[in-house]
Amino acid sequence: MTRIGRALAERRANGERALVIYLTAGDPSLETSRTLVLAAVRAGADIIELGVPFSDPSADGPVLQAASQRALEGGTTIARVFGLVRELRAETDVAILLFGYYNPIFVHGEDAFAREAAGAGADGLLVVDLPPEEAGPLRAACDSSGLDLVPLLAPTSTDARIDRAVSIASGFVYFVSITGVTGAALADLGGIEAAVAHLRARAGGLPIAVGFGIATPEDAARIARIADAVVVGSAAVRTAASGPEALAAYVASLAQACRNPGWRRGG
Amino acid sequence: MSAPAGYFGQYGGRFVAETLVPGLEALERAWAEAKGDPAFAAELDALLFSYAGRPTPLTAAPRLSDEVGATVLFKREDLCHTGAHKITNALGQALLARRMGKTRIIAETGAGQHGVATATASALFGIACEIYMGALDTVRQAPNVERMRMLGAKVHPVESGSRTLKDAMNEALRDWVTNVRTTHYLVGSAAGPHPYPSLVADLVSVIGREARAQFLGLLGRLPDAVVACVGGGSNAIGVFRGFLGDPGVALFGVEAAGEGIGSGRHSATLTAGRVGVLHGAKSYVLADGDGQILEAHSIAAGLDYPGVGPEHAALKDSGRTTVLSATDEEAIEGFRLLARTEGILCALETAHAVGKLREVVGRLGAGRLVIVNLSGRGDKDMGTLSRIIP
Repeated sequence: MTRIGRALAERRANGERALVIYLTAGDPSLETSRTLVLAAVRAGADIIELGVPFSDPSADGPVLQAASQRALEGGTTIARVFGLVRELRAETDVAILLFGYYNPIFVHGEDAFAREAAGAGADGLLVVDLPPEEAGPLRAACDSSGLDLVPLLAPTSTDARIDRAVSIASGFVYFVSITGVTGAALADLGGIEAAVAHLRARAGGLPIAVGFGIATPEDAARIARIADAVVVGSAAVRTAASGPEALAAYVASLAQACRNPGWRRGG
Repeated sequence: MSAPAGYFGQYGGRFVAETLVPGLEALERAWAEAKGDPAFAAELDALLFSYAGRPTPLTAAPRLSDEVGATVLFKREDLCHTGAHKITNALGQALLARRMGKTRIIAETGAGQHGVATATASALFGIACEIYMGALDTVRQAPNVERMRMLGAKVHPVESGSRTLKDAMNEALRDWVTNVRTTHYLVGSAAGPHPYPSLVADLVSVIGREARAQFLGLLGRLPDAVVACVGGGSNAIGVFRGFLGDPGVALFGVEAAGEGIGSGRHSATLTAGRVGVLHGAKSYVLADGDGQILEAHSIAAGLDYPGVGPEHAALKDSGRTTVLSATDEEAIEGFRLLARTEGILCALETAHAVGKLREVVGRLGAGRLVIVNLSGRGDKDMGTLSRIIP
């Protein structure tokens, strides 16, 4: 089990939910990213989803598009993202999940990417434009390097697709709460609740994280009632622009919501 | 796990956000059913005949032929309604969208020809239409923006990235991921995630079927070569598909070399790109060593794209097609040559194919028979060209 699995299991054992905070590596500089990640960890983030910037983030809304662009303009490369992970790993044991698009991984070479990511201290990969059918080579590379590969599922996913994604998943499955891009408005909770319950019945005990559209501690509290982990991305990136103190205060408020989900699942 | 769908050799596939995969699966099933439905084929054929103006003529070009030292015939896609082959794909996909019960159509466009074709087909069927177009392209192809608006489409200028076709496609994908249940994404090139490369090629392959039959009827034999410009590659795959089974017919694709391959400012993806994944398919892409997509450049907005359809990648690797590239200057020279020898103002995209005719003839030897796919008319480019050609 990686740090990702352990973080989720520990929170679950306490009747709590894990908080996943997304930040784009190198936005606007690698040094700033390092400071921001450490601030988020100190404020209670259990898993850091570290965005590997991409020139054409077609699944992202305006906030994360701009973050990718700032990171690339600041000279962020894959090698420097791995360097950042290595620096973070020297200072924290937080679980680190690299989030990105497939082309940088494919061009870098799947085996080399997974090996270098693991060597730097990352715990898993999430590739937004890599559905399970195309994930075979990267799944094998992650297995060789001991990395989790986290699949995304969506409100449009059929049962057959849920089963296929679960069959290749490790760490957790990530349920995209809305049909939309990152940073869009949260959909109605009833629909998400029903979808997560349906997913849980097919997920074979894998933890379920819910993300996309969660911005406020109130949103987080609502999602914490139904999911094992709450993912906050665009809103965290937007807050991080005001500096590490602002981010830390914001993350602490989200963490509070995840610690008191208001509804404790048995076991 | 079953083998992934939609590959041409190692190229193609379906590299998109999970949210879109069920929509793509539904589209794949719908197209398989529609293709096998005689009523669908009859309705599409009737529209292509009575509305789009198909079959388009195959026109002899005697004065241009003398200039280049070959017998050249043009497949006149510029004579289609809306001025390019694009209407052929748009009508087919709009019919399919209606059959699938979609209430809204979106599309990306570069030169605006596909946007105009999509707006036209949407108006014809009474379906709401929104078009994404790079902000740079809305300026250099301004007449087509006005045409789309007159046809009732909403045009969204896209300000991100290089503000060209690639960025328009990103924005169309973002719209589709949000509205996939109600909306058909009418992809304009033989590119994108499966089933689009096959769907678009199936629809535009009528170009090659017509051209082959017309050529045989006129000359009693097959041509020695077929030439087409390649951006994403829809007009080229359309005409090539008619001749893939004829090994004696050489197939030449002409990419945009922009200011020259060495300048780094070009769109010659097959010539100078690497294998990668962009906009849902594995193919050749223009990308750096970190996989970041590079900005393409071409004077022709419709070729100004750092990717290419996966079937073209496979055809190039297999040696079935020969890929050349024409610079902006060679394209302008091709435009002038065609205008002054044959009285045809072609699109700047098409002009790349014309501009490479002498090189094609040089490779084939003199006196051969050549079809050039005249993919579109040049009205949209008058603003750009009037500044360049004295």
